[in-house]
Amino acid sequence: MDLRELYQEVILDHNKRPRNFRVPDPVNRKAEGYNPLCGDKITVFLYVEGDVIKDLGFQGTGCAISKASASMMTDALKGKTLDEANTFFDQFHDMVTTPANVEVKSEALGKMAVLAGVREYPMRVKCASLAWHTLKAAMQAENHVVSTE
Amino acid sequence: MPTNIAPSERSASRGASAFDVERIRRDFPILTQRIHGKPLVYLDNAATTQKPQSVIDAMVRSYAVDNANIHRGVHLLSERATQAYEESRIKVQKFLNAPNPREIIFVRGTTEAINLVAQTFGRVNLGKGDEVLITEMEHHSNIVPWQMICEEKGAQLKVLPITDAGELRMDLLDGMLTNRTKIVAVAHVSNSLGTINPIKTIVERAHERGIPVLVDGAQAVAHMPVDVQALGCDFYAMSGHKLFGPTGIGVLYGRLRLLEAMPPYQGGGDMISAVSFKKTTYNVVPNKFEAGTPNIAGSVGLGAAIDYVKSLDFTAVAAYESELLAYGTAALSAVPGIRIVGTASHKASVLSFVMDDVHPHDIGTILDQEGVAIRTGHHCTQPLMERLCLPATARASLALYNTKEEIDALVGALSKVREIFA
Repeated sequence: MDLRELYQEVILDHNKRPRNFRVPDPVNRKAEGYNPLCGDKITVFLYVEGDVIKDLGFQGTGCAISKASASMMTDALKGKTLDEANTFFDQFHDMVTTPANVEVKSEALGKMAVLAGVREYPMRVKCASLAWHTLKAAMQAENHVVSTE
Repeated sequence: MPTNIAPSERSASRGASAFDVERIRRDFPILTQRIHGKPLVYLDNAATTQKPQSVIDAMVRSYAVDNANIHRGVHLLSERATQAYEESRIKVQKFLNAPNPREIIFVRGTTEAINLVAQTFGRVNLGKGDEVLITEMEHHSNIVPWQMICEEKGAQLKVLPITDAGELRMDLLDGMLTNRTKIVAVAHVSNSLGTINPIKTIVERAHERGIPVLVDGAQAVAHMPVDVQALGCDFYAMSGHKLFGPTGIGVLYGRLRLLEAMPPYQGGGDMISAVSFKKTTYNVVPNKFEAGTPNIAGSVGLGAAIDYVKSLDFTAVAAYESELLAYGTAALSAVPGIRIVGTASHKASVLSFVMDDVHPHDIGTILDQEGVAIRTGHHCTQPLMERLCLPATARASLALYNTKEEIDALVGALSKVREIFA
């Protein structure tokens, strides 16, 4: 597989200029994520009102894949309900864990579908899913560190 | 590495006089393969080294011809297996220049060797308020075993800091050796930075105060002759697989006087001389520390690896490797946006680096597509990474079969990284 399929323009762009790379004000839920494989750390911050994610952001260090994934995730989820966010989580999870030779339905994920390329690089799936696992922990307001291991 | 150049031209281009790297490469069958369609450039030797055919053959022979359990067998196969196992012990003894083969204990690897000392020497010598001194550049395997026993005993883990270049703050050593220090544990060569530590000086200073020293030699043994008597250390830990031998076999050298005073590590067969339900009498050193059926084929493989290394002129190997390291240092320094991490004046085999705006993990994936195998991450030295304010580095680590052409391939692959992240 060509590396350009993994490192697509949209991924490189989100890596270079991550969206929502900030601590929202106010915040009422957060969680830390950690990938012991590479030492990547991310914190996802949410401001939830009722069951709607009014605002969200992230901080931390990571590779292009994990940063782009977090950036696109935060972009996509602003204004969504917690239920909708959970559905996104499931779809994203399915997309990156489905074997590379099986087609996946990723239209619902919009431009996040570009991250399907990680399926070809099993060692990198955790990079793409770190932000999502951290989001899930934040939504459940588990104020402890989650790990992709 | 181009394959269309005549061997004579190739070795001439390498410019190493006493050392024929092309001949060495032929001893390692794995090196001829292609990865993603490109020639394999294996630069992950600090993680594990490749194995020469002679090691593979010795292990096959051990299973195909000599396989039996060791010690106490009266049949010929058991005798042969025992002999092969004990011969390997003597090979290790000579390799490390230990005074006595009984001072060589076979373990699974460096990690187990350090755990053994922490759980036996540490258990009887550490008390509340006592101290263990390690350094800021240690591998997790020379941190966590000490943390565990310190926690259990109410002792304290003290950490000797490093400079920004990655050298030990030797000026602080004397102040950190106190009358509560019970052991010093230090890496011979740093796996993340390549720094060669001044072990002899550390041992002298510690011994002035009667403190024993354990040396983590995992990263040293494949790159320099090691003489435990010249170093003066009390314990030396090493792994077979970082010395062109198999995984799952390693060595703890320990001073006989200390080993005899230490309690056993694990209980079981072979570590006893008599067992009754009332009382067990332990076997003598080294058997006291080798409970259960050991890694017999592994020890034979390690013996073969030592034979292999000894068949080479190690002084020439070290000279070749330092030439390669200098070449690699210059080549990487010339790449715009790359900074080498670990710039000690005495270094071996490790080129850790970071690249502006590109995470090491991305570098690793792109290099792999070019056939270049490096390691990325914290290299099991998270406290060191914290000290250096880096989440991770990319690390190319060299062995005696690497070539300048492979360094060139690394640099070429790094330009691909730059291309993608332009």
